Amino acid sequence: MHLDAVFLSRLQWAWVIAWHILLPAFTVGLASYIAVLEGLYFFTGRELWFRISGFWTKIFAVSFGMGVVSGIIMPFQFGTNWSRFTDATADVLSPMMAYEGLMAFFLEASFLGVLLFGRRLVPRWAHFFAAVMVASGTLMSSFWILSTNSWMQTPQGYKIVDGRFEPVDWLAIIFNPSFPYRLAHNVTAFYITTAFVVLGVGAYLLRRGKSHEEARMMIRMALDLLIILVPLQMVLGDMHGLNTLKYQPAKLAAIEGRYDTARPVPLTLFGIPDDKDAVMRDAVEIPRIGSLILTHRWNGEIKGLKEWPADERPPVGPPFFAFRIMVAIAFIMLFVVVAGQVMRRGGRVYRSGWFLRLCQWTAPLGFIAVVAGWTTTEVGRQPWTVYGLLRTADSVSPSLTGSDVAISLAFYVVVYLIMFPTGIAFMAGLVRNGPRDGNLEPAAIESGRPGLPFESASVQPARSTKGED
Amino acid sequence: MALDLVPLWTALLALAVFYYVVFDGFDLGVGILYGFAPDETERGLVMNSVAPVWDGNETWLVFGGIGLLAAFPLAFAIIIPAVYFPILVMLLALVFRGVAFEFRFKRPRLRRFWDRAFCGGSAVATFAQGVVLGAFIQGFKVDGRHFTGTSFDWATPFALLTGVALMFGYGLLGAGWLVLKTEGDLQQWARRAGRICLIAVIIAILAVSTWTPLADSHIATRWFSWPNIAFLAPVPVITALIAAGEWYALGRSHEVLPFFGAVGLFLMSFLGIAISLWPMIVPYHYTLWQAASSESTQAFLLIGTLFLLPIILFYTAWSYWVFRGKVRGELGYH
Repeated sequence: MHLDAVFLSRLQWAWVIAWHILLPAFTVGLASYIAVLEGLYFFTGRELWFRISGFWTKIFAVSFGMGVVSGIIMPFQFGTNWSRFTDATADVLSPMMAYEGLMAFFLEASFLGVLLFGRRLVPRWAHFFAAVMVASGTLMSSFWILSTNSWMQTPQGYKIVDGRFEPVDWLAIIFNPSFPYRLAHNVTAFYITTAFVVLGVGAYLLRRGKSHEEARMMIRMALDLLIILVPLQMVLGDMHGLNTLKYQPAKLAAIEGRYDTARPVPLTLFGIPDDKDAVMRDAVEIPRIGSLILTHRWNGEIKGLKEWPADERPPVGPPFFAFRIMVAIAFIMLFVVVAGQVMRRGGRVYRSGWFLRLCQWTAPLGFIAVVAGWTTTEVGRQPWTVYGLLRTADSVSPSLTGSDVAISLAFYVVVYLIMFPTGIAFMAGLVRNGPRDGNLEPAAIESGRPGLPFESASVQPARSTKGED
Repeated sequence: MALDLVPLWTALLALAVFYYVVFDGFDLGVGILYGFAPDETERGLVMNSVAPVWDGNETWLVFGGIGLLAAFPLAFAIIIPAVYFPILVMLLALVFRGVAFEFRFKRPRLRRFWDRAFCGGSAVATFAQGVVLGAFIQGFKVDGRHFTGTSFDWATPFALLTGVALMFGYGLLGAGWLVLKTEGDLQQWARRAGRICLIAVIIAILAVSTWTPLADSHIATRWFSWPNIAFLAPVPVITALIAAGEWYALGRSHEVLPFFGAVGLFLMSFLGIAISLWPMIVPYHYTLWQAASSESTQAFLLIGTLFLLPIILFYTAWSYWVFRGKVRGELGYH
């Protein structure tokens, strides 16, 4: 079998980013949730908020640590595997990536330590402030990295000199056309992902008969947020889609599985795309609905992939299926959230065995939706790294052979398959322990950075003894 | 606007790299020495001596990497693919080491496995960094703006030498750190380990200092032509003095000097390499100025960096201050 350095580099990138994105998908939302809980505790002084916040802070510490570790890998990928992309785009993209790193580093160095270890050592307002800063740090990181990604999708504000992109207008670069939609869609997705985890964990704790008060509050808060965010996300997704139609029509055609231009277009619910013959086989379609959804008109025209030369078309399969997975998840989520709200009357939601089980089963759905959405937008951008301007095939490091990349990919697969399950199992252990009094501080220090060290004597002695068993 | 930001970015990047080498250097060195520590109790102490700081140190690698990417992207695009496998091995070893560090404390049943992962990860990451350094000094095959060699060009005797040398160098830094942070038998053990490392480091410095001018006429001219030789003579002299001082400090009761002596040796080696290669960032193809990103790029990033960097440095200094003093068994950090 011929090993292709470009294809394998794409696989390697997909592997490391797919694992990495799971962590921000969770920590961005969780940081904001913790900030809200800390705020409630600060303003009401109710112990309940303190206990819930402490419980989630421990889990946050582990996932943040894993995010940092898998994040260190990412910038080096640009050099090892995508050096021509780097050479061509660095003048425009590198400061934005650097800002993303600086923000992540800045928040870790400065405020995470206070959040994790400072509970009894700093005034309550300072602890609340640290939680807000950590949350805004994760959001600022998202801002910069999504702006970078959006520029690759809808580049502007540059000029091309000797085949390389030079910055002309930074505001135009940062606020490129797809960025506002991508940012809103992603951050909402991160919040929904976290809320479903909180909902699932609350349901789990209730079913185990543990921590009733905390578990009910988690379920209530998650349902209240989700009844707003899930419908909102559907609207945002629609707006993002209109933006894609305007700026990346070939991607939209791939998502819709549309090879031939038509007016009006049906909505293809399912089918087997065949890129070679450029035809959708066994398609299940609803007439006219495609036009209505995509153009908001009964008779709107949608361009098919045949409008583009074969070497400028994205593959249809991955975006077509990934998009349908994402949409299906959205409807499942909507069902869970509406059902939950209906059952809130009389508190049935906290007693219903099937509903709590459903919440548990749907807890990981957000992660799947995030990866599916990411697949849709990234594979849909192909065959370009900078849309319409720089080909993926011209982005890869010229010195790499297929077997070089096969070896490195194998290493990444093995190490990630050890690291991530271990981390996830550890977080599952934290969930099983549940929120408890007096268990808030020490465990957290084991993870991440024992940032604020004046507690070295006050908090940690209990643990040093177990280092020697 | 004709403000040349290249010198400033060179200084910032040099600072970030040197900071990384010294700080992650000592905790990687401690990780290597950890495998040789006499018994379980002392291993715990060794580990605790770096527990509060190691992952903060490691994030400077990202600073260095992103700084090179943003300020000198051409260098990043040529050098990183050239050292594809050393970078891969370094990153994975660091990941493994980090995970081992966390889980050593949490999964006592697998303690042996995580112990080995911590020590092995530290050693492998260090070796890989030394190889990158060696490959960098030797230079790369370049055509136009691309590296055109193979992914195994780095595997030369010289790069393997620098790989091993860096393991002893970080070992020396780690020993200096342990002398600073421990006492009694463990400190005595660290002093002996430090002396062994020091001998190896001196041999390595001598080897590199004779090898590079012999192998490369640029470097020979830089050091041995008149009047350079007069200006640069203090560099080897000061290095020799520091090495001698370090030997005595490790033997006597000095607590602080061994660490700073090791830092001094690193500083002189760093300076030596800089003198040899200046002003090249991709030896011997591109200078710092040729590889620099656009003025607008450098200026845009500088604004945020100058704002955030002092805060990060201040916080770091503070956390070292708070964790000052000796680690003791009953008052572990971890």
